[in-house]
Amino acid sequence: MEVQQFYYDNKIVKNFLYATMFWGIVGMSVGLLLAFMFMFPNLTDGISWLSFGRLRPLHTNAVIFAFVGNAIYAGVYYSTQRLLKARMYSDFLSKFNFWGWQLIIVAAAITLPLGYTSSKEYAELEWPIDIAIALVWVAFGVNLIGTMIKRRQRHLYVAIWFYLATFVTVAVLHIFNSLELPVTGLKSYSVYAGVQDALVQWWYGHNAVAFFLTTPFLGLMYYFVPKAANRPVYSYRLSIVHFWSLIFIYIWAGPHHLLYSALPDWAQNLGVAFSIMLLAPSWGGMINGLLTLRGAWDKVRTDPVLKFMVVAITGYGMATFEGPMLSLKNVNAIAHFSDWIIAHVHVGALAWNGFLTFGMIYWLVPKMTKKKLFSTPLANFHFWIGTLGIILYALPMYVAGFTQALMWKDFNPDGTLVYGNFLETVNEIMPMYWMRAIGGSLYIVGAIVMIYNVVRTIKAGSVIEDELAEASALTRVSKKRTAGETFHTWLERKPIQLTILATIAILIGGIIQIVPTILVKSNIPTITSVKPYTPLELEGRDLYIREGCVSCHSQMVRPFRSEVERYGEYAKAGEFVYDHPFLWGSKRTGPDLLRVGGKYSDNWHLNHMYDPQSTSSGSIMPAYAWLIRDEHDRSDIQAKMEAMVTLGVPYTDEDIANAEASMDAQAKQIEKNLYSDPDFAKTYEADKQYAAENGEKFIEMRDREIVSLIAYLQRLGTDIKVKETGELLSDN
Amino acid sequence: MSVIYVLLAISLVVAIIFFAAFIFSVRQGQYDDAYTPSVRMLFEDELVKPKKKKVKSELNK
Repeated sequence: MEVQQFYYDNKIVKNFLYATMFWGIVGMSVGLLLAFMFMFPNLTDGISWLSFGRLRPLHTNAVIFAFVGNAIYAGVYYSTQRLLKARMYSDFLSKFNFWGWQLIIVAAAITLPLGYTSSKEYAELEWPIDIAIALVWVAFGVNLIGTMIKRRQRHLYVAIWFYLATFVTVAVLHIFNSLELPVTGLKSYSVYAGVQDALVQWWYGHNAVAFFLTTPFLGLMYYFVPKAANRPVYSYRLSIVHFWSLIFIYIWAGPHHLLYSALPDWAQNLGVAFSIMLLAPSWGGMINGLLTLRGAWDKVRTDPVLKFMVVAITGYGMATFEGPMLSLKNVNAIAHFSDWIIAHVHVGALAWNGFLTFGMIYWLVPKMTKKKLFSTPLANFHFWIGTLGIILYALPMYVAGFTQALMWKDFNPDGTLVYGNFLETVNEIMPMYWMRAIGGSLYIVGAIVMIYNVVRTIKAGSVIEDELAEASALTRVSKKRTAGETFHTWLERKPIQLTILATIAILIGGIIQIVPTILVKSNIPTITSVKPYTPLELEGRDLYIREGCVSCHSQMVRPFRSEVERYGEYAKAGEFVYDHPFLWGSKRTGPDLLRVGGKYSDNWHLNHMYDPQSTSSGSIMPAYAWLIRDEHDRSDIQAKMEAMVTLGVPYTDEDIANAEASMDAQAKQIEKNLYSDPDFAKTYEADKQYAAENGEKFIEMRDREIVSLIAYLQRLGTDIKVKETGELLSDN
Repeated sequence: MSVIYVLLAISLVVAIIFFAAFIFSVRQGQYDDAYTPSVRMLFEDELVKPKKKKVKSELNK
């Protein structure tokens, strides 16, 4: 057997590691800023691009795709080369993967604060960036598969299987969830509407957790934990069972994010059933990870790498126990929309993803620099302050979630709500928000200490960029295909394989044909009184999307007595048929807004947006002064309406032609309504006079952003409200 | 609601791809030995003393 010498590419691993640490600090810092905004809502007063709604997607995208994403690449690029005994397939693709990904992150960091968002959670980036993500992801996949093809180790270690599943599934999810119709260079509408959009979004959202935050990290766990402990994995057989069962079950669990929503019951129950089943493979994997340390627990006492990994795996176990529990409808009824979910995801993110990444970094850096870690005590300090941070983060959020959910549901004996004012339930949990912010601060302090430690280690050692290794070449032997036989000749002898592959081919073709037909047909409204938004409301809705209102306000009244009492009639699937994208939301930091239309006066909304605390004492909503100040550019309205028509919204040519006039009329009416408040009339006229005297340009109220937003808010949920006579439902 | 059938179909396709991969890997003998791989990955094949020139040191980066 011929022994070959080759070089492992360490430089790419090093680059990804640096990026991981850099974006980690950025993403966590944004999160910390958001945490403090709960106590000081006007911390970034008046700066539109630092407002909560715009920063929230930046935080989630930065930690998921920048911090965890780069950590995945670092770990995959390091372990794949060694497991397959080959340098990465193409240095160019590696570099393309690295720089492309960083460019996408920078693009996200610029566009999200500027308000360019699709509003779909963890898929907020607008369409040009979506295309870039697909390209870079495919480059990564080609590089991975190419390396597999030129491997020197016939057997594919289980970690490789996890990486492969990650690549395949994330590609499919990303493409189908990001199907959107561009209107302008940075604005698009989801091709799906309402319930359909919600379903696709959470099919994606859940599997993003499954195949971006879980499967690649399980691969890393199966590589780095045995390596760090210098012990083989507890049971290789279990790891194989773990892998196949996990990926087969995970993909069906998405609907558990939409329990009690307007999604049909059978789809909800399907999601619940698979979510419960997920407990088995998840815990199989967790136990396998922990038991790898059997006989090596003494090392855990001294080695910070193993400490981090043990807490990471424990966090995985807790989060994957909680997941199935949260999928039970009765538990979900309490937890959904509350801070419990925030606790749940942060156990996953801070413990499982964060700590496994930290453990990996502490193991990799000395390995690659051929030097001992600069300071083990500092690493231990990081471990303890980080663990304390997780506890201080998660526990108060659990308490906050329970407290608030129970207060939402509390009734007086006479059938009225005990806490009819939503703000009472917010102010009750302020101490928990404080503790969460402190916990988050500790966690970041730990991460900064790690960076110092790593920098000192690297300075003392030398990073070997191309590491020499040797392994024997792979000899081609095959039981399956005889010499000279092509793939297809082999396939033809195998009826089962042929059938499977043919079915796949047919299904792919079928889907491409079926999707447009189905989607257009399904946009036929099932509630006759539900009408498309007026042009001004549509523009207002785009402002609602831009400002990220959906981060804190749901638009989904569940069919509970407590919610119907508080918000109004529960949500019907047919109400959302023109909602591209859907805006149901996933968190109620503020109250639900589905039925807010007509509840308050136009003036109330104006004052509330200008200074939320003036209308709602103790509110933690930030002020949106720029909405009241700025002129609203509504020049794209016809393009937007045409896009909506393409997606099945029944605007007529006349509607589109008259869009400008319609907007003017509606805006003037709102301006007139605003004049009914003498205070408004006085200050507004004074402003106008001041501008005229000083020769400044004055923007009429009807041309400002706030008017569009008021138009949208006043429309919300009224389609059903206004016609509360029979014949509401046509055929549903 | 019809999008659910699209999603079911896509999920099925993904599942079938994985199933095919599973059958293929079993047939190929990937799982015939459920012990050696776990030990094999622990061995390092890096040459401790790099022989050739391509080894760059990088101090202050």
